[in-house]
This record gives sequence, structure tokens and C-alpha cells, in this order.
Amino acid sequence: MEPAIALDNVSFSYTRHPVLDGVTLTVPKGDFAMVVGPNGGGKTTLIKLILGLLAPTTGRVTLFGEPPESAWNKVGYMPQYTHVDMAFPVSVLDVVLMGRLTQTRRWRYTKNDHEAARHALSEVGLLDKEKKPFSSLSGGQRQRVLIARALCSNPSLLLMDEPTANVDPAAEATLFELLSTLNNRMTILVVSHDLGFVSKVVKSVICVNKKVLVHPTSNLDGTLINEIYGGDLRMVRHDHRCSHEGHCINEALTLPTSFMPHPKKP
Amino acid sequence: MIEFFHALFDPNSSFLRLALAAGTLASVSFGIMGTYVVTRRIGYLAGAIAHCVFGGIGAALYLKHRWGLSWLDPMYGALASAIVAAIIIGLVSMKAGEREDSIIGALWAVGMAAGLIFIDLTPGYFELSSYLFGDILLISRQDIILVAGLDLVIIVLAVMFHPTFLSICFDEEFATLRGINTSFYYILLLVMTAVTVVLLVRLVGVIMVIAMLTLPAAAASTLSRRLSVIMVLATFFALFFNWSGLALSYTLDLSAGPVIISVAGLVYLGLLALSRMLPNR
Repeated sequence: MEPAIALDNVSFSYTRHPVLDGVTLTVPKGDFAMVVGPNGGGKTTLIKLILGLLAPTTGRVTLFGEPPESAWNKVGYMPQYTHVDMAFPVSVLDVVLMGRLTQTRRWRYTKNDHEAARHALSEVGLLDKEKKPFSSLSGGQRQRVLIARALCSNPSLLLMDEPTANVDPAAEATLFELLSTLNNRMTILVVSHDLGFVSKVVKSVICVNKKVLVHPTSNLDGTLINEIYGGDLRMVRHDHRCSHEGHCINEALTLPTSFMPHPKKP
Repeated sequence: MIEFFHALFDPNSSFLRLALAAGTLASVSFGIMGTYVVTRRIGYLAGAIAHCVFGGIGAALYLKHRWGLSWLDPMYGALASAIVAAIIIGLVSMKAGEREDSIIGALWAVGMAAGLIFIDLTPGYFELSSYLFGDILLISRQDIILVAGLDLVIIVLAVMFHPTFLSICFDEEFATLRGINTSFYYILLLVMTAVTVVLLVRLVGVIMVIAMLTLPAAAASTLSRRLSVIMVLATFFALFFNWSGLALSYTLDLSAGPVIISVAGLVYLGLLALSRMLPNR
């Protein structure tokens, strides 16, 4: 079976120094993979290479066995929160409808397009907001609108860049639930600096810091965290359920928590 | 003000009716394209295009004299240079990266300079300020036909490609992933902006025309948060600015262009202040 995503010895550099070096990676169909790594480690570059928005300096990227540009109609993409102009005067439904754009039909959206957009909005629980201005929504709601936009082309592969940035914990929990439901019908790849994500729904973790390592989630432990972020780290739990005896790394990762790396002082 | 309405029907002041017709026709394009320019934040690019138009006007005046091309109206030069400038500026803004603003700034000034050099080379006397700041006496019957034709082209394209333009203004990267040739539509949007600029060059001049492009849409966007509504409101604002500016300038015996732009600026700033003072907006 063709994997959803395959990178074969891919390197990329903006200048002389490679951002990604010799990356070989396969994401099978039906996977729920999370891309983690430090800032500047190449996460966004990896996503853009997978999307075909950047061409690799060396190596080859394929989606469902095709070059990325040929597979764009199978891909749903949700960009980083900061990517879109939040003050842009547009209604929620009009944003979602953009997911129905195609090369051939641009003159106007059909009834089918509207139905698909409304269905996607109801999937993210925002159907009642369809006529509202996009700029009037909360941060978490806007992100769900962008997810609906990615969903309404009925993709086989969903790529999301930092979907939990700027989202409160309750909305984050709802998002996990939604994603694990969606994972039944599509392959999901999520970029996040928030490892709390790993806990329940993610099946494999892709660690990016110039090189790429892939781990099944069951193998996550402190050694891996060290590999990703380099150097010793301290975990910070945010769930306020710590026992007085403290907690270990494994526990932190199996609970719905998140942690941030803090370099140890010498 | 009553004299203005009398003058409108006076057979001897056809220039006033022509100016009003040009302003009225152009308002629709200005409402639509101005909204794209304001929301896509490409006012700076539109400014550069407007100033390059002066280069085209100068070139047309020069060529007309040099080779005796009597048909070569400065408006054709303006139109040709606007389209060429839009394509060049579009390519620069896509490819130049961090150097974008320096290059656009250079094109802006070089366009103006070229216009002045061409006019220097052309013998005879030209009222420079007519082209720089507009002159309603220059508007001819052919201009109205040209304005009407270009207006129609812009409206048809804007309606046909509205979902595409909306998506590339909102999120170009996403539009690319939907298989849309975003570079092509971005340049098309700039060319349409350039043509719109030309529509009012006679009335308000190359320097102030950029204000007519941005102020109606900016004023409208203080009142609505939907693009299509903003476009309609901006059209009405443009109409209002043109009409009230013309009426005021006639009544007070002032140049039309500067009065139209002053009305537009004051209305926009007033609305902005009002929208800041009112809560829940």
C-alpha cells in the first residue's frame, strides 16, 4: 500500500546551512503523527516540503505515491494561527468555502459546496456562527473555522501547524476528540510544540531538529526528549494534579498534560 | 450650492457634466478594487503604480509630438504604463523578498522622473499640474467612453473571480494548495487596480488618485466586516466624495481634485474617530 507521506533522503537549505538534512520518513495511511522539535529545528520547513510549497534541495517527496502538487486535492491544510489576517472582513462561511475552491470552477460556489462547508462547520461545532464575521470569533473558534476549511474538501490527509496555540484547555480537549474521530477516515499530521498532545490520540511522533527521528508513542521517554531538544530538560506539568511526591516523565506523558523544555542551570 | 445644480443643466458647462459622469462611472471600480487594495494591504503598490502612470503620460505626449501620432492621447500612455507597471511591481513584490520596499520605492520615483524627462523633451507648454493634480477641463467625451469601457471590464472580472480574489487576499498559501495559480491572479488583481487608477487620473491627478482608491474602502470598512458589503458601501462613498467634491469645488471656485480628496479624507477620519469612540466595534 502507498504510504500517505514519503520523504526519501530529503535535504533543504534556504542559505548554505541545511535546515533539514537527509530526511527519510514514511507516514502510513491512517496514521496520526505529530511533528515535534525545538523552534528553528525545521518543523515548518518540513510541512512546507510535504505540501510541495517548497522544493527539496535534494531528495524526493511523495504524497500517496504522487508528487505533492498532484495530490493537493487530497490534502487539507490548517496553517499557523498567525498566518492569516484576523481582522480580514469575511464571514465564517466564506472562509470555510475557500476549502472548496478548485482550478476549474471559480465563478461561484455551488449548492454542494455550501452543503459541504456547513457540514464541516457542524463537525467543528460552529454551525451557529456561519454568518458571523470571522474577526468576531475567539482565538479557539477561529482555529476551528480554519480546521473546517481544511476539512470541507474531504481530504485523505490532514496537515495542521500548531493547532493548539492560543487555545484554552477546554477547547484543546474538544480538539483532541474531534481529531481522533477524524483519524478514523483520514491520515493526520500535526505540528506542535505541545507534547501533551501525545498522550491519548497520537500514534507516532516525528522529532525534527535538522535530522528526523520517528518513534511510536509507546517508546516516549526521557531519552527521547533529550534527543529532540538536546541537553537536559526539566518537565513542567500544567494540569495541577501533581502529587506531593512529584511525578516522573513517563507519567507526565501518559496524562493529558503538556511540558516545556527548560535547560538546567549549570 | 444651488448654482452648481443650475450649472449642471447649463449647456455651456458640459465640462461639469463630463466630470460628474467620469466620477460616477469610476466609483464602482473604485469601490470594488479599493476594497481589495485595503484588505490585502497593497496601498503602497497601488501608489507606485499611480506614479508610474505619470511616466506613461509623459511618454505619450513625447511620442505624439515626435512622430506626429495625433491619435495618441495621454490617456492611452497612462493605461499602457499602468498595466506594465502593475506587472513589474507584481513580479517584484513576489520575488524580491526583503528588498521589496526599496525596489517599489525606486520604481515609484523613477516613474515620476521619466514622466518629467519626457515632458522636458517635448517642445511646447504643458500645464504639469493638470496631470499631477487633475483638471476637470481636460475630460473629454472620448474619456467617458474609455472610462465606461474599462469600468465594465473591471466589474465583470471582479464578479467572475470574486471567490478566487477573496481567497488569495485572505490566505494566498491556502489558495495555492487548492490548485489556484495565485501568482497569475495576484498580478491580475494589480493590473485591475492599475486600470482603476487610470479611470480617475484626469479628475484627481496621479498623486491624489491613490487616496480615492483607499479612502472610500477604508471609510466603508469602519461600518462593516463583510467584504461584499464593504464593496457596495465603498462605491457609495466614492460616489458621494466625487459629487460633493465637485459641487463644493464649483461653489467655492476651487480645483476639483483637491476638494474631492479633502472631503474623502475628512469623512474617513471622522468615521474612524466615531467608530473608536463607540463601544462594541
